[in-house]
This record gives sequence, structure tokens and C-alpha cells, in this order.
Amino acid sequence: MKTIWLIARRELLATLRSPLGFVVAAMVLALDGLLFNLLALGGGEKYSSEVLAQFFYTLSGTTMVASVFISMRLLAEEHQTGSFPLLLTAPVKDGHIIVGKFLGAFLFLALLTLITLYMPLLVMVHGKVSWGHVFAGYLGLLLLGAAALAIGTFGSTVARSQIVAAFISGALVVALLLFWLLGRAADKPLDDVFSFLALHNMHFRPFMAGKIHLRDIVYYLSVTVFFLSAATRMLESRRWR
Amino acid sequence: MKTMIETRHLTKDYEDLRAVDDVSLSIERGQCVGLLGLNGAGKTTLLRMLCGLLTPSEGDIRIDGLDAAEETLAVRGRIGFLPENPPLYPEMTVARFLRFAALLRGVPALGVEARVQETAQRCQLADRLGDRIETLSYGYRKRVGIAQAIVHQPALVILDEPIAGLDPRQIVEMRELVRSLRGEHTVLLSSHNLPEISQTCDKLLVMDRGRIIQQGSEHELAELLGRRRRILLQVRGERTRVKDTLARVSGVSGVQILGEADGVVEAEIESAADVREEAARAVIGAGLGLLTLSRKELDLEGVFLRLTGGREGQA
Repeated sequence: MKTIWLIARRELLATLRSPLGFVVAAMVLALDGLLFNLLALGGGEKYSSEVLAQFFYTLSGTTMVASVFISMRLLAEEHQTGSFPLLLTAPVKDGHIIVGKFLGAFLFLALLTLITLYMPLLVMVHGKVSWGHVFAGYLGLLLLGAAALAIGTFGSTVARSQIVAAFISGALVVALLLFWLLGRAADKPLDDVFSFLALHNMHFRPFMAGKIHLRDIVYYLSVTVFFLSAATRMLESRRWR
Repeated sequence: MKTMIETRHLTKDYEDLRAVDDVSLSIERGQCVGLLGLNGAGKTTLLRMLCGLLTPSEGDIRIDGLDAAEETLAVRGRIGFLPENPPLYPEMTVARFLRFAALLRGVPALGVEARVQETAQRCQLADRLGDRIETLSYGYRKRVGIAQAIVHQPALVILDEPIAGLDPRQIVEMRELVRSLRGEHTVLLSSHNLPEISQTCDKLLVMDRGRIIQQGSEHELAELLGRRRRILLQVRGERTRVKDTLARVSGVSGVQILGEADGVVEAEIESAADVREEAARAVIGAGLGLLTLSRKELDLEGVFLRLTGGREGQA
């Protein structure tokens, strides 16, 4: 556990000090603010809860994009700079390396996400919003972000280049998002299966509306664990090559 | 003396290439061993298997008595590894990086600061502890690379081409640093820099095309090859006569004319026994002018080139 935290802390500090971290943070926060103003606040009169739901909807998109960019460097950068032997020859399990890396990226994403809290607070000042709704929305964002980061961690383990890692992770995230469309097009019983597998629609919309379902939490945690396990297997297999 | 590294039939295949081929070796604790080979001989692959970066296709590795396949983490804890390109985090200061490396390798938190200071002193990095690694020269980065490899006081230190890319002054400093590791650590280093290996190591392993083709001290290897002795002569006379005369000397297995200038022929003869007296008598008896005659001592480069069949380095 100590080594997981050690790796996570280094990863977080490295991201905070890297140009990529600054660029992603600046772009995401600017985009979040812009979209909040345009989509959530714009478009005529709305109930505060509708504004909040729209806010979480737009944030879910930027969170997924940010996750892909934050995670692309996690392991691919170690390959590119030649620093990987430091971790791979240490008495640390491959799974702990992966979880440590993921945790560092997740802490950065969480920090980035929580900075946007001022926007729901603005809605609170001028309208009526329940803390429960805000909590549910942010929980959903963090769970969705964790799943996207785990996919990104896997992509970064597969590729030796950060650009390729981002491409693989982006493709996987988009593929998982498009299960929603497959769910609409397919016949029973596959439509339910595809809909359930979709990364966003069925599982994120309840959080947007301030509802927390155990089913959705389990789904996002399952996606996270699945891709972190796949990344660990991938890292282990690298020792054979 | 306890064995530090023991491998049996170690093999590594990359698709259609066998990088390491049936290597069985034994290295005693406290030795400084040099792994010598041309580029592409399999040195780096062998070292990467020993430190756990690569899994062998076949064969066993035991480090300090532990089976590397069964007790992987315990084995890794006993090893410090410096690859050819030092594995560093450029954004960190030297002190932070060494603390990270020490904690990662299981040094108790309370003892980390002392270990970092001690290691920095040893690697002559004490005045650079506050510097960010990205600001250091390549020579200092190599030192930080060695520091991270020894900060947890491993029993075995593996260095892959530790002097590659260093300037002459840095090479001397690095040599001193590597020498200082002997005794306290078992050191295994690879290089294709022959003088470096001979000045630093007690024992040499010569690797070629994935195999250890010879091992021993520099002297032992030269002796081994000395069984087929070479004698150099400078003889005044006609080229063909000189060659024929030397070829007729009893025990001579080969004559090679190395050059000819101003009527003086330079020749090298090869024989199983020392035939200097017989060769001198034959030359004088044939009415040729014997100017010089000497036994050719093989230096390490000669030993190496002969062991590897004189092949050129591969990419």
C-alpha cells in the first residue's frame, strides 16, 4: 500500500509540474466554464435542477476527454524517457505500479473536477439546488472519470508512444459510448446488453438528475477494475517481450 | 564463497531471434565481473533477465540463493540496476529522486535520509542534491543512475554499459566509482569497451551470438589463447623465400606475411609450441637476414577478437 501511495504521489506531482497537466487543466476549466454559460445557463428559463443536470452533462464530456489526455502519459512516457526500469526492477508488484499510476492521475482529475464546484454554487446563489443533487453529480463525474482513466491507463500500457496511447484510449472510450446507439438499434435481448455496457447514457443520466443507483456505481467500478486488471496483465506480458 | 548469480540453460527468444542461448554461469559474492561482447551479442538481454525486467524463455536464475521465478520481489530487492540510459525523473531534484528510489526499494522511511546522504557522498553528488535532474550534465545523470542503483544497499549491482556516452574525464571518475563498489556489492557490468573492463573487473565473461564463449581473468583468457602461439619476425629477403623457409619449420601451422618494405618482410607464424629458436635457425640457415623476432602478446582486444572470430560489430 505504501508503494502505491508513493507512486501515486510522484505521479500527481509530475502531472502538476508538467506542461501537459497545465494545458489540460486550463483547457478543461475554460471549456467547462464556457459550456456552463452557453448550455446550462443559456436557452431560456429553466429550473435550477435542470441547469445542474445540464452542467453535469457537459462536464461528463470534458471529464472523459481530460481523462484520455491525463492518462496517456502514465506508462507510455516511462517507455519514451527510459525511466521504466526504475519501477520494473523495484520489489513492487506490477498491479501496484498500475494502481499507483492510476491513483495519481485520478487525484489530479478529482482536483480538476472539484475546482468546477464554484459553478453549482453560483446556481445555488440564484436558485434552489439540493446538496444531494450536487453530491450525486460529482460522484457520477468521479466514477465516470475513474472508468475513463482506467481505460486510458490500459491504452498507455499498450502503446509506447503517448500519442498512440491517447488514440487507443480515445477509440475505446468512444466505442463504449457508442454501445448506447447499438442498444437502440439491436433487437432483444442484445439491446439491453448493449445499453447496459454503454459508458454514459444509462449509467450517468441518473447521477445528472441527482439519483444514486448502486447498479451504476457497480458498473463504473467494474469498468475501472476490468481495465486496470487488463493493464496489469499487459504490463506483466511486457516482461516476456 | 557463496554464489551470488547462478543461471542454468538461460535462453531468451524474440520471435525468430535467439538473443541469449543456453547460458549457464556462476558468479561468486563480492566479485566484479565484466560481460564483454559486441553490440548485438546478447549482453543487455542477459542483464535484463537477471534483474527481472525480462522473463527467460527457458532456464533458471538464482540470485543470492533465491529462485528468481518463485521469489521475484525478494530477488528484485537484492538487485540494483543501471541500464545504459539512466532511468530518471528529470523534473525531480536529485535528493527527492533518491528518496523516491530508496522508498520504492523498501528502505525504511526513518533510514531514508541517511541512506540518501551517504549514497550522494559516495557518488560525489552531495553538492547537487538540490538540483533538478534535468539541469545536470550526462555524466552527473549517470552518477545519479548509479546512486539509485545502490541507495538500498543491494547485494548485487548490475550496470549496463556504465561508461557509454561519457567523456574521458567522466570515464575516469566512473571507473573509480565502480571500483569503489567492489567488495561491498557483487558487481556485474557490461561493456564493449575492452580497456575499461580489464581495468575494473576481476573476471570476464565473453559473450558472442547469445552464448558465453569464454570466461576467466584477462590473464587466463590470454593464456588460453596462447596455446596457439604467434611469433613476429622481420626478415631481410625475398617474400616467397621467407614464407617458404618459415613454413618448413617444424611445428609451424601457419605463416602470414603482414607487409614488405625496403626488402624487409614482416611475417607472423603460428604454432602450437614456442618455435622461436627453430625459426631463427631456419632463417639464418637459409641465408636470410633476421632483423627481429618476438613473441606476440595478445592484449585484451586481441583476445576478444580471436574469441569472437574477429567479427565486426553488428548494429
